[in-house]
Amino acid sequence: MTRARELLARATNPTATVFILLVLVFAAVFAMNPGFFAGPSLMAFLKQAAPLVILAAGQYFVIVSGNFDLSVGALVGAQVVIAARLIDGEESRTFPVLVVMALFGIAVGLVNGLITTALKVQSFITTLGMLLVLYGAIRLWTGGAPTGSLSESFRVFGRMGIEDVPVLGQIPWALVIMIALGAGAVLLMRTRFGRVLMAAGDNERAAALSGARVDTVRTLAFVLSGLSATVAGVLIGGFAGVSAQVGDGLEFTVITAVVLGGVVLGGGRGSVLAAMAGALVIEGLFTLFNQMALPATLRPAVQGAIIIAAVAYAARARARPVPTATTASPTPS
Amino acid sequence: MTQRLQRPRLGTTALIYLALAGVLLIGGIAVAADGGNLFATANLVDMLTRTSLTGFLAIGMTLVILCRSLDLSVGYTAALSSLVAATTMDGNPANVPLAIAAVLLVSGLVGAFNGAVTAYLGVNPFITTLGTGLIIKGYLDTQYKGPAGDVPAVFQQFGYTRIGPVPVSALVMLIVAAAAIWFLRSTRTGHHMYAVGGDVDVARMSGIRTGRTLLVAHVLCGMTAGAAGLLLAARFGTGSAEAYTNLYELDAIAAVVLGGTLLLGGKGGVAGTVAGVAILAVLDTVFNVLQIDPFAKDVLRGAVIIAAVAIYARRQLDRHARRPRFAEGRAS
Repeated sequence: MTRARELLARATNPTATVFILLVLVFAAVFAMNPGFFAGPSLMAFLKQAAPLVILAAGQYFVIVSGNFDLSVGALVGAQVVIAARLIDGEESRTFPVLVVMALFGIAVGLVNGLITTALKVQSFITTLGMLLVLYGAIRLWTGGAPTGSLSESFRVFGRMGIEDVPVLGQIPWALVIMIALGAGAVLLMRTRFGRVLMAAGDNERAAALSGARVDTVRTLAFVLSGLSATVAGVLIGGFAGVSAQVGDGLEFTVITAVVLGGVVLGGGRGSVLAAMAGALVIEGLFTLFNQMALPATLRPAVQGAIIIAAVAYAARARARPVPTATTASPTPS
Repeated sequence: MTQRLQRPRLGTTALIYLALAGVLLIGGIAVAADGGNLFATANLVDMLTRTSLTGFLAIGMTLVILCRSLDLSVGYTAALSSLVAATTMDGNPANVPLAIAAVLLVSGLVGAFNGAVTAYLGVNPFITTLGTGLIIKGYLDTQYKGPAGDVPAVFQQFGYTRIGPVPVSALVMLIVAAAAIWFLRSTRTGHHMYAVGGDVDVARMSGIRTGRTLLVAHVLCGMTAGAAGLLLAARFGTGSAEAYTNLYELDAIAAVVLGGTLLLGGKGGVAGTVAGVAILAVLDTVFNVLQIDPFAKDVLRGAVIIAAVAIYARRQLDRHARRPRFAEGRAS
């Protein structure tokens, strides 16, 4: 009963904007190219979109708890470079290197989280500093250009899939990983951890006074973001190959995706499913731009206009009379 | 904690200038150990030249951050402004005043757009200005394939002339900074900016037109980005769209925060920002003189910024207790 009411509330709140947007974008894609929804091309699209969706889930945890993570783009780049350098084409090193990458992702998230929570540095500055450190350190380590190469078994995750499936052709591993992690993220937000995370972002003081370990959950959110960047690094590295520029600017795209999903910067509001849908909208837009043969140079402009418009629309919806249960002061969206 | 409260506290701005002196001292020793002299004229000129560009951007950024806003589009606005300046001048010295007016108009309009969308449509400034930056980037990339326009020699002097070791551009930046300090301390709108950044609801209930204040801050921020664009045009001798790739906006935000202005708004000032800009410039010069690998520079920069802000945050901890609004965890 409560579940049904919850679902109803969820469908009518501003979060729903992103799903409307999702339908609009894909309707446009379909109108331009009716073949898009044929199995193979849809699967190819999802394979390409998976890293951003996973990053959006990771970023969601950080944003909903009231912080930013600007270091994910640099971390994705770092992970790809680390993988190439350490594996250096040797199949046997694949698994140990994956473990090293996971540990590195956790370590970066932990450092971000601890500096933000224990030293009270604004997360914007912490992760901006981390971005600079990672960016410089990776290029310092490799002498400017990435060296080494990935092994075939490493690239399986980004490139391959379950072959010979009727209708769909290939189900990419990237999609399987995306769905598994997405489901995990949704379930995680329903656990005690998720509720505390949301409470910490909504009202840190109230959460702390109610006995929630605000700093712990916020630090864990950064760790989850670091892990999501690791997974995205594995997928992007496998899919696109090795380049140090691979993550440049990705942090802003991811934050845009999460905000498109109706998640409020500053924390406390929004759902992880909508954040991931936001990432799909962004990837759908890129596909649409491709189909319209929009000049590459003009794309940022259209993208910028759309995110401002979408967020302004969502803010308008939020400004309408809200149930009195939310007495929070009007937070700038 | 109580003991610390009883001691007379050093003002935040004084602390930052102390930090600047410390950075100069350590940098000087490091360079001396390497057999050089940080305070040689060439190095001083280098330092001061570095301050002017980030300085312009950081002054405007201080105003918006004080209002608990943010501007991620300044790098793009500066690049656009350099093109407007260079193409309007088009090699003719008589066009210089017109070009300056055009730049201030265009950059002011960009700021007005940012301010209006943020203040009246309720869009988070992070998204507004990121979007505006992308729109300008798209326009620049589509419209200009390479450098365009021609800056007459007269105006290029703005980029290169020096009075003693002090570049004219740094002098102009300091004048703008002084004007901004006066604006914040002595005008009604300046005071309103602190109020809006402190608590927008309280400010509104006290009868401040919060939207208008935010709009003014963004317009001024856009115009200082325009000034930075004029400087870029004077230095390069032409307008360059590529200028935005340098991520000036992140430098400017780092300088503002190093200067002790709270990212949550309501506290800080331009005097501190100037010191923050100077600290970054001194670091860059020291790294250059010591010929540190450019990539190691990024690492050190990142570490210094985090460390500095951690130190400020420690000092503000006891204030958190007294001013609960900082404890709400609403990032701007």
